[in-house]
Amino acid sequence: MELVKPEFGLIFWMSISFLIVVFLMRKFAWGPILSSLKERETSISDALNAAKKAKEEVANMTAENERILQEARNERDVLLREARETKDQIINESRAKAQVEGDRLITLAREAITNEKMAAITDLKNQVAYLSIEIAEKMIRQKLSNDEQQKALVQEMLKDVKMN
Amino acid sequence: MLKYKRLALLSILTFAMFTLIYSINVAQDSSHNQLPQNEAVSSDGQHHEDVVSATDHAESGEGHAEEKLNAGKIIMEHVADAHGWHLWGHTEIPLPIILYSSDRGMALFSSSRFEHGHKTYGGYMLQGQKVVAVNEMGEMDAHHATINEAVTANIFDISITKNVASIFICCGLMLLIFTNIAGAYTRKRKGLAPTGLQNAMEPIIMFVRDDLIKPSIGHKYEKYLPYLLTVFFFIWIANLMGLIPVFPFGANLTGSISIALTLAVFTFVIVTVNANKNYWEHIFMMPGVPKGVLILLTPIEILGVFLRPFVLMIRLFANITAGHIIALAFFSLIFIFGQNGTGVGLAVSPLTLVFTVFMTVLELLVAFLQAYVFTMLSAVYIGAAVEEHHH
Repeated sequence: MELVKPEFGLIFWMSISFLIVVFLMRKFAWGPILSSLKERETSISDALNAAKKAKEEVANMTAENERILQEARNERDVLLREARETKDQIINESRAKAQVEGDRLITLAREAITNEKMAAITDLKNQVAYLSIEIAEKMIRQKLSNDEQQKALVQEMLKDVKMN
Repeated sequence: MLKYKRLALLSILTFAMFTLIYSINVAQDSSHNQLPQNEAVSSDGQHHEDVVSATDHAESGEGHAEEKLNAGKIIMEHVADAHGWHLWGHTEIPLPIILYSSDRGMALFSSSRFEHGHKTYGGYMLQGQKVVAVNEMGEMDAHHATINEAVTANIFDISITKNVASIFICCGLMLLIFTNIAGAYTRKRKGLAPTGLQNAMEPIIMFVRDDLIKPSIGHKYEKYLPYLLTVFFFIWIANLMGLIPVFPFGANLTGSISIALTLAVFTFVIVTVNANKNYWEHIFMMPGVPKGVLILLTPIEILGVFLRPFVLMIRLFANITAGHIIALAFFSLIFIFGQNGTGVGLAVSPLTLVFTVFMTVLELLVAFLQAYVFTMLSAVYIGAAVEEHHH
């Protein structure tokens, strides 16, 4: 039973040695080691966080660039569409204006033609009247004596007038 | 607050008393066992001499007709403490013997003075590995000396034994290794990636810190890190040293109950001193338990307080000692079979070698495991003592 009997000397030396070792280790080994480990852990986690942040920033920047590009593209599309619309509009408007102008010109021409025609008709009527008067004057001058002849002549002349 | 400090003091005192009573009991047991032998000595001196010389011859292994190989005795000698460091054959390194007795004062001399227990010196002699006082003060043949019981009972033996020397070696080794590593962290390779020894130890330190201590104690763990890390590496290095059979290693340090006891007491003191209100409340007045049950529960809880360090001690001591005994027993098989002829011994040796190697490899695992278990349980006990109340 010697094996399970605690020995004073051993406990004595063990207590002293162990206390000294714990003290020395705490001061010269665990202190520096643990603080260095902690320092390194925080620096690593800081670095990782910074990298993550940088990555996020880059991602943000890329997204921003993409967004700007997309906006520019949209802008261009809008501009192009607007230009096309404007062109179409201008063409359409011109066409409409030309139509209207043409119509107006045609109307004017028609009116002018009508007027000219009326004037010509009037003139013709006047001419006929003048000619009739001249004919009547000549007949009167030539054959006022002869009734028969006068009547035939008037008849003939009237026949011509009706024809007209 | 004061109340709990007082409780802590009370627990420590109770534990100290328990240890004291235990030691006295064991001491009485051993003196009772010796008593009949001593009576025989006083009545018949001749008989005593026969006994001593017979054991002496068995110890020194000199050829003797009656001598039988006693494997049990050899193994016990190997796992027990000694006053000299046995190297090979009859060669051993003598270690200093330091004694204090209230009757004779201090004494300091080399263990070689005893000449392996054959001589007395300065009124002392060796009985087995125990220093006892004799009536004759000069140097003489130990076989004719008479033991002085009264003085022997009052001897404080603080000799540098094999185990004490091993404690110093282990502590020195630890300081050397870890101050070197600390130097690497703070000076030599500051801010650089770890290499070599630093790289080898760092994961273990991190493992002990992050997987053992932090989960067991909680956020207050940093205060207890130096102690628990020191305990872990002390036990581990001491265990490994015990597995190396050549000088200056090979002492069964952690398999010595005194070492295990000291470590367990340290843990007990730390737990008791740092225990908070919540801890004591759970022991003496478990909340939410009826009064009737408390009468049954409180004694069990109080017993548990002392049982925890006790179990801590027994576990470490028994595991390491058992490992040593088994490895040595397998190895002894060669010589036990060798008694039936050298050929038989040689024939058995490959098998026993395989067993011994297997046991040693297993012990390598156990060496780590016991350090792990001791540290983890210490951390768990500390964690239970400093845990905040939350329901």
